[in-house]
Amino acid sequence: MTMKIRRLNQRTIVGALTLLSVCLLWWAATTTGLVSPMRFPTPAETLDSFNQITFEGYGNATLYVHVLHSVKLVLIGFFIAVGLGIPLGLAMGYSPSVEAFVNPAFLLLRPIPPLAWIPLAIVWLGLGDASKVLVIFVGAFVPSVINSYTGARNISVQLVEASAMLGIGRWAFITEVLIPESLPMIFTGLRLSLQAAWTTLVAGELIGAAYGLGHILSQATLDIYISMIVVAMITVAVLGGLMTYLLGLIETRLMPWRKG
Amino acid sequence: MNASRRALSGPRYAVLTAGGLIAFFAIWYFAAWARLAPPQFLPMPHQVLATLLRLMESPFSGYTLQEHMLASLQRFGMGFGLAALIGIPLGLMMGWFRLLDQIVSPLFNGLRFVPPIAWVPFAALWFGTGIGGPVLIIFTGAFPPCLINAYRGARYVDTYLIEAARTLGIGNFRIIAQVLFPAALPSIIAGLRISAGLGWMSLIGAELIVASSGIGYLLVKGQSAIDASIVMAGMFSIGVVGLAIDIILRLAEKMLARHK
Repeated sequence: MTMKIRRLNQRTIVGALTLLSVCLLWWAATTTGLVSPMRFPTPAETLDSFNQITFEGYGNATLYVHVLHSVKLVLIGFFIAVGLGIPLGLAMGYSPSVEAFVNPAFLLLRPIPPLAWIPLAIVWLGLGDASKVLVIFVGAFVPSVINSYTGARNISVQLVEASAMLGIGRWAFITEVLIPESLPMIFTGLRLSLQAAWTTLVAGELIGAAYGLGHILSQATLDIYISMIVVAMITVAVLGGLMTYLLGLIETRLMPWRKG
Repeated sequence: MNASRRALSGPRYAVLTAGGLIAFFAIWYFAAWARLAPPQFLPMPHQVLATLLRLMESPFSGYTLQEHMLASLQRFGMGFGLAALIGIPLGLMMGWFRLLDQIVSPLFNGLRFVPPIAWVPFAALWFGTGIGGPVLIIFTGAFPPCLINAYRGARYVDTYLIEAARTLGIGNFRIIAQVLFPAALPSIIAGLRISAGLGWMSLIGAELIVASSGIGYLLVKGQSAIDASIVMAGMFSIGVVGLAIDIILRLAEKMLARHK
């Protein structure tokens, strides 16, 4: 126990020291001119840009509006994808007939990376929000189907036989056995879906958008405003991490028995 | 195998699979035939095939399809190779030297939430339209799974093996090269498969924005020509090549398992 605590402490201390030295290195390398200011901004410039976009705004809006817009699109695409993907995956795992029928189309479309859908989405739906939601949907759909399918397929035989012996109906089987037993895999899928949704959103907004974090990135690239690029990248990372963290909280809340 | 799944007889499975495949193309043909969208936006499947053959013979935006694909594969090979060359040894060393783990982990976890595609601005600023830009983006996509799987593989090596090696008085680096690496190989190859998939997707994303050749560039050109059949032909070839890369790595996985 004490060993564990000591090791944990060492981990935090070394981690904090590392981050601190990286910040120092960043400051030293950029302010002394070792790294040209055209290649990477100084910490002070980055902070200035952060203040600018937070209070005055940049690329049509303040940071708050950009973030809200991006998060809204991700959540719309994500929820449509998992809302259709999880039931489809579970149905494919539950019924071999569904699996046999759906598999060919799924196997044809699956190897195409979500980002390759962006040009087609633009041809179909233009540069607006609808094309981004379509691409996010494509990205988030596949992992949620595959993982709920795997979850449903790997339910133990004993459990299925026991529930059959107790004579529970089909609906009870689905709600009492199939869904709870597949839940860990469903959540694995949700996490992968969320990551895919976030990546495809940034890509979609980079290529063309009026608002959003990807739009800040592309606008700052055009303006060769490198400290703003760094601000946008940090915001993307922080939000992505935050959403993954929230999903983890929901996961432990729903499945307290899997804690630790 | 799952007892809840009533076994599906061979012919029935084949009929359902064929039915699924036919339904997929029937819906597509019907949508195109009923002019739900103009042919420019929604070509029929055989038209996409014709476009594919045409792209292989006559150059589109500078090169034929094969030449675009070759340019993409070169970039992919460089980015993916670099990710494996750095990620695997670093992951193994992190699994062995605790201090290195404590130093690298916080940095790695911070950067992991930046989607590869968000590096596009820096790729453009640092490398212009040269080959370095796409390679950087493929690298950031392919690097994390290489590192994580090598690390995990090294951490879960049987302690008996390590103790035996210790007893024989082998030095740190020989332990890494001759004990940890072979023992972690299955995990490393699994990581390579994930990283090839992510790298391939990042490549397409990179080429949509910073490239003047390559299969992603072909998609963008098809998009600006508002020719969905070119875009779909490109997506199809991206899927086929991505699948081929995965099959090669899966074969390596199988050969390794047999060798053991």
